[in-house]
Amino acid sequence: MPRTNGATAQPPRWDYAPAPETAKVSIAPRYDHFINNRWTPPTGPKSDAYFDTLNPATEKTLAQVAHGSDADVDAAVRAAAKALPRWRALPPTERAKYIFRIARRVQERARELAVLESTDSGKPIKESRDLDVPQAAAHFFYHAGWADKLPYAFPGRTPTPVGVCAQIIPWNFPLLMAAWKLAPALACGNTCVLKPAETTPLTALRLAEIILDADLPPGVVNVVTGDARTGAALVNHPRVHKIAFTGSTDVGKKIAAATAASPKRLTLELGGKSPHIIFEDASLDQAIEGVIQGIYFNQGEVCCAGSRLFVQESILDQVIRRLEHRMKSLRVGDPLDKNTDVGAVNSRDQLQRIDKYLALGPAEGATLHRANHSTLPERGYWCRPCFFTGVQPSHLVAREEIFGPVLSVMSFRTPDEAIARANNTPYGLAAGVWTDKGSKIFDIARKLKAGVVWCNTYNQFDPASPFGGYKESGFGREGGRHGLRAYLNLA
Amino acid sequence: MSPSPTVDRVMAEQRAAAFTRRSIKTSTKRTGLLLAMSMLDLTTLEGKDSPEKVRALCRKAVRPLPGDDSIPSAAAVCVYPSLVKTARQALAGTPVKVASVATGFPSGQFPLDVRLDDVRRAVDDGAHEIDMVINRGAFLAGRYHEVADEIRQVKLACGPAHLKVILETGELETLDNVRRASDLAIRAMHDAAAGHEQGGDFIKTSTGKVQPAATMPVTLVMLEAIRDWYFQTGLRVGMKPAGGIRSAKQALHYLVMVNETLGPDWLTPDLFRFGASSLANDILRQLERQRTGAYMAGYDFTES
Repeated sequence: MPRTNGATAQPPRWDYAPAPETAKVSIAPRYDHFINNRWTPPTGPKSDAYFDTLNPATEKTLAQVAHGSDADVDAAVRAAAKALPRWRALPPTERAKYIFRIARRVQERARELAVLESTDSGKPIKESRDLDVPQAAAHFFYHAGWADKLPYAFPGRTPTPVGVCAQIIPWNFPLLMAAWKLAPALACGNTCVLKPAETTPLTALRLAEIILDADLPPGVVNVVTGDARTGAALVNHPRVHKIAFTGSTDVGKKIAAATAASPKRLTLELGGKSPHIIFEDASLDQAIEGVIQGIYFNQGEVCCAGSRLFVQESILDQVIRRLEHRMKSLRVGDPLDKNTDVGAVNSRDQLQRIDKYLALGPAEGATLHRANHSTLPERGYWCRPCFFTGVQPSHLVAREEIFGPVLSVMSFRTPDEAIARANNTPYGLAAGVWTDKGSKIFDIARKLKAGVVWCNTYNQFDPASPFGGYKESGFGREGGRHGLRAYLNLA
Repeated sequence: MSPSPTVDRVMAEQRAAAFTRRSIKTSTKRTGLLLAMSMLDLTTLEGKDSPEKVRALCRKAVRPLPGDDSIPSAAAVCVYPSLVKTARQALAGTPVKVASVATGFPSGQFPLDVRLDDVRRAVDDGAHEIDMVINRGAFLAGRYHEVADEIRQVKLACGPAHLKVILETGELETLDNVRRASDLAIRAMHDAAAGHEQGGDFIKTSTGKVQPAATMPVTLVMLEAIRDWYFQTGLRVGMKPAGGIRSAKQALHYLVMVNETLGPDWLTPDLFRFGASSLANDILRQLERQRTGAYMAGYDFTES
């Protein structure tokens, strides 16, 4: 551009500079169990007493965490059992005070918790900041409100606590799942032993600090860290009255088998292969956005991820074109960058599992679309979002839970075909229906076998709204009045 | 013409809000602010506009911050038809374009021949760009063919001048209507330009005389219409949100939205404009804030 008569320069092209979250969070070199309001060293053999937890975005060790032995689990369960009589006898308004206190502390320390969560789990800071931590606080607030109103939740019945609750949570929403488990249990007068996932124990331990701060009586909440063996010890402990597990279907089945002949109460929130159904009369751009949020949210490491997409044949090409276009603008990279949309995969194991399916899909005859070209960091576990077309319902990528940012796109012609295909899965956790036609929404939603059906939206969560699955996605509900039921005996 | 897709308001608003959560700092912010300045249609559309005010505006457009030539000129100056000649003279020899509202702006409630004559005079007086208003009465009554036909005739009357079609989205009310009007306007401009390269034509949200003027969800829906037209034909249509964009921060949110909906190709004054008046000084304020670390007083910047 010639500069004439005082006219000035042309601006250069635009890209987003790094925008790292700068809050520094202290992480201790070593963490012990939280039992009886004390930080308790593990009792197992020295060589096996601690294990490392990594930052999946850098593969660097963040801290060492205690490995829960049978004796550690036993100590925690005993502490919970000992605390139970006084805790359950406390006036409900007093219990509520404690839980409100936890909720407020979670809010006050929101930024710290968000950074810690993203560092330990790999999820983007914008998700931990805008979803995980606020929702965790919301769960404590919501259930604190229930503590003194339980008789009103079940009119005509007398609710009493179940007892000692063993709560085993996954690595995809570490803090939020801890809140989902602890908040209703405490509100209902139970005591808890929480076991966070092996790869993501840090925010649960930070929550234990908050609980200590909140001055909860010793033993009401105990946190034991460890791996599958620790979890098994907890499940099999004779003094546990209730088990709440969120995680894989394989482990869920083992727990169900282990408790089959016991009086232990059990709720399972397991895997999924949730369908999205887009009809030709849908608001297309918003449907695409819902699909994007449904499968690429938290790197696709979400039990209710919408991993199967059924598109009415007449709009299949348009949908694929838009999906590819939209995927280009997703930013994969440093979880602590505020502009990151897709962070690091949680662990090397999980990345290998995803890669296995990325190789399997084409081998089965599907076409892999990799439209995203984000520059990836050199270290860390990364998977750019992608999707398969030409998928047949019998392909393993359409049947098995991948738990990664991988979508399988299929088509249908009639509503009956859409429902048949969507329900043709061992899972039944969530589903999404996209149509502008109200009558169709009600018709389809009624016929879908899924615990949650979202219509013209996806991944909407609220503590008041029950969440849970059908079939191999588990049983029992969490959240809302339905969620309280799992933590109460009704007389 | 295939029917326009419907728009779900809740999800569209959610998506539009997501763009405001991008973190635009340091060099990205400066580049974005400079870009926004270069995309500005510096506007004055008041009954009391005087030639002197327009001359001042023109100078501001050419040289937004006297003494700092790293800051680009605005894209155009936008005035009423009676002031086109004044603006043309004041901008002679500069790259800044003269845009004129026409077609009985802002209501469009005039006979078609009067509206077309309005356009021809503005072009004869030297306007490079014409900002027309659509016939909202006909649109809301469902007489879409009439609306499209009028746009075609205006486009023909423009001759060499580029056309911006104002949908006046505040009067269309629903996002479904916004999408339908966008598709209709893009198609009509294209039909009128039959055989010619369709370059430099825009769709525009608002006159600035009706509330609400430009909003992010409305602009998003229009950008999606532009994107779909590009997918379908390979032709690029421009976008101009106008009215209500007063802060530099808002302008950056819009740029993020364009960048992530249409891609970086659209981040040029040829394909994206802001219709605004007070935005210029807020951009300058933010640029000076970045340079000096302090906020300047309002009187440190020239009036426009």
